[in-house]
Amino acid sequence: MEFFHRATSFPFMSTRKLWYGLSIVLIVISLASLATRGLNLGVDFTGGVTVQAEFPAAANRDAVITALTAAGYADPQVTIFGTSRDIAIRLPPTRQSTEEVRGRIEQILQTLDAGARIQQVEVVGPQIGGELQRSAVQALAATLLLIFGYIAVRFHTWRLSLGAILAVLHDPILVLGTFSLTRTTFDLTVVAAMLAVIGYSLNDTVVVFDRIRERFHAGRRLDPVTVLDQSINQTLSRTIMTKVVTLIVVVALYALGGPVLRGFSEALIIGILAGTYSSIYISSAVALDCGLTATHLLASAARKPLDDLP
Amino acid sequence: MLEFARWKYVLVTLVVLIGVLFALPNLFGEDPALQVERKNRAPMDDFARQSIEELLHKQNILIKRDFIDSGRLILAFNDVASQLRARDTVDATLSDVDRAALANASRAPAWMRKFGLKAMPLGLDLRGGLYLLYQVDLQGAVSQLLESYEQSFRRALTDAKLPFTDITTIGAGAGGIANGLRVALPPEADAAQVEAVLRKVDVNLKFTTSSSGAAQGTAIDMMLTAAQIKAREDYALEQNRTTLTNRVNELGVSEPIVQRQGLDRINVQLPGVQNSAEVKDLLGKVATLELRLADTQNNALQAQQSGHAPLGTKLYKREDGSPILLKREVIVTGDELTSATSATSTEGPAVSIKLDARGADSMLRTTRLNVGKPMAVVYIEKSRRQVEVNGQKVDRDSSSEKVINVATIRGVFGPQFQVTGLTSGEARDLSLMLRSGSLAAPIEVVEERAIGPSLGQDNIDKGVRALEIGMLAVFVFMALYYHAFGLVADAVLLANVILLTALLSMLRASLSLPGIAGIILTVGIAVDANVLIYERIREELRNGVSPQAAIRAGFDKAFSAIADSNVTALIAGLALWVIGTGAIRGFAIVLTLGIATSMFTSLLGSRALITLLYGGRQKVARLSIG
Repeated sequence: MEFFHRATSFPFMSTRKLWYGLSIVLIVISLASLATRGLNLGVDFTGGVTVQAEFPAAANRDAVITALTAAGYADPQVTIFGTSRDIAIRLPPTRQSTEEVRGRIEQILQTLDAGARIQQVEVVGPQIGGELQRSAVQALAATLLLIFGYIAVRFHTWRLSLGAILAVLHDPILVLGTFSLTRTTFDLTVVAAMLAVIGYSLNDTVVVFDRIRERFHAGRRLDPVTVLDQSINQTLSRTIMTKVVTLIVVVALYALGGPVLRGFSEALIIGILAGTYSSIYISSAVALDCGLTATHLLASAARKPLDDLP
Repeated sequence: MLEFARWKYVLVTLVVLIGVLFALPNLFGEDPALQVERKNRAPMDDFARQSIEELLHKQNILIKRDFIDSGRLILAFNDVASQLRARDTVDATLSDVDRAALANASRAPAWMRKFGLKAMPLGLDLRGGLYLLYQVDLQGAVSQLLESYEQSFRRALTDAKLPFTDITTIGAGAGGIANGLRVALPPEADAAQVEAVLRKVDVNLKFTTSSSGAAQGTAIDMMLTAAQIKAREDYALEQNRTTLTNRVNELGVSEPIVQRQGLDRINVQLPGVQNSAEVKDLLGKVATLELRLADTQNNALQAQQSGHAPLGTKLYKREDGSPILLKREVIVTGDELTSATSATSTEGPAVSIKLDARGADSMLRTTRLNVGKPMAVVYIEKSRRQVEVNGQKVDRDSSSEKVINVATIRGVFGPQFQVTGLTSGEARDLSLMLRSGSLAAPIEVVEERAIGPSLGQDNIDKGVRALEIGMLAVFVFMALYYHAFGLVADAVLLANVILLTALLSMLRASLSLPGIAGIILTVGIAVDANVLIYERIREELRNGVSPQAAIRAGFDKAFSAIADSNVTALIAGLALWVIGTGAIRGFAIVLTLGIATSMFTSLLGSRALITLLYGGRQKVARLSIG
């Protein structure tokens, strides 16, 4: 079985302006949504209380909200997740311990249905949230910086580094945008998923770069547009194959992994799709528009043997 | 003819075999279990085991199997419901002698346990339990240090018979935090001599003498340097971690984790624990004793009415509420107590106290000089309470100090003596506190998660099943797409998962949901390495290269792409490992290890298998690569 029986020759680079436009539109939509609607941050980031409870029969969301409000909990957010019998309750930060919260909420829920059971209580202090946001951003920034450096050293040109970083930034922005538009809860597991997305996107980009370097070695007089098109075409079946395999696992996780893994797998699916696109259209195209030619890749490579790997 | 060095075959085989051995315990799974131990830490014997078996049998709770492991009785059950019922039964009937904690018992055979082969532990999100994140009050640690210097200065100056007016805290650290002490001297004092005495307390301290007006006399200031403050903060954090570990061990929880997190936090993970109130009370408590001489020259009632204690004294309350004045100098501080055991005396519950050399020495000298004078025992319990100030809720450290006992010194005391006047609960708490060590700084819970045992079970069942089904689909797809080469990739992928599991089990890194995410990413990367190689081989074949040359070229040319893409992912993994905490770190550990195993399996393992398949024969007509 093969996706492409003959070598493909899609003219990727000639249509790049169109794809730039599409990416810019998507990024503007994402950023606009982030700026206006923000993210539906989980208690990991905001501080507060979440309670997960299970009812013996289908839960009545409105009744739960009414009962909680009547008991003095201001503005409770109640969502039904997983099966119709599971609910998640979000409450603003409190000084009560899990013990107290569990006792009170269980009492309230049992007035609705005596069989209601509390499954999980989380109380996160407000000071944790701000710190986590900062440390997540720091981790991201440090990672991107290191990768920029590594690619610049390995491929001898900042043009590819820039292309890689832009491609890598592109994907999490789209994931963030989607989470902002759909109001899906954004918690630490989603951050982990975004990091995985960055890893994948980078992986793809570097594989294409590797091929570009090889093509330039084969013929240094070649036109950069031709080389880039050839490189992407030659790695295309690998790109699609790898993505299909990863998506198989992630989709299984989305469908079967239960509610706790839902946000995580959703972020991965969006990210993997975006990453495939960005590694084809963004990373190489940006390098091309920055004036990438054979000499950039080969100038210093000529002095060194081809593969003295780390 | 393909070449692959013999030592590489040996290496691959050996590594995979060791991996299988270490990963094996994970295959057996775990049963919900109950861990029962004696509160007095005596080992469980067969008699105790039988009586518990009978007790549960009467309640119709089916025990799957039970055994005694390092003095603790482990009872395994078929389901979580029986486990919870058994816990309630044991708690209800045996709570004065035994302590029961929810645990997991591996189904692996006993010989594996003996060889130290254990399944990787599961994170709290996958097995249920209590997660507490403590914030350590580092400013509190510095104030405690200043307090202890204040005591030492007082003692040193009194011993040297040098007069001083008072010792107060000073300093304008960040936010007006005290970071120094001022020893005020009367006008006639010899500042140089006082400074020499103070310097002996700790040679590393920095002193400055200032004479601010003749009427006020001279003052000697001691300011802590930034390095001293930092050292104290580090010490406090490490000391608190040790103390928390000791106290957690007193709880009898199976496989607890206590670790530092970031600059000023400590996280405590207690698998199987649900009741947070009791745990927090025990972990966060600060209780200690101080011994001081009572002041007999001034009137305590008068001091209470005026609200001012005379110079050199401190106003306390007795158990019955009546005031008493004690001297500011402490004979023995809490730090100098080495152990306390609850005992009974003719006057009710008592605590037997032992002192360290410094405390014993001070006790000996004081009692020798003060026979016939009254001495008081002060019980101090510190806690953090919320108070309302101008409608805003603020945390206040409140320390309740009460004089539990005043007795006339009848003779000279040594390093060991008994104290009465405590309730039996206080006596037990105090002896526990002293046994586990004191907290070097106040702590406060900033995050708390209680994950129910059935939710944890549900999470792992679903997560693992999803992973299994996903992997199976990948296996089938690879075999369909790449035929024989696909099967090789499947074998390599399986070896990768085995090696990763083995590494995680060896390092005792606990597996949590983000860890499962890491495994998925690793599977993706491992598959990718194989796909890169195979696509390259296909390309070579399309270019008309002979099969064996195509294999060689495929591996060689794919190498740089695999290496570069893995190294970039490795950079990301390591950065997150170092910077991240909690969920992010769990993910990063799995990712980093996974990349390492995937490089090994796809470059060496895959090549070994393919060389075995196609390398030996002189000429290969075609490759089964789809």
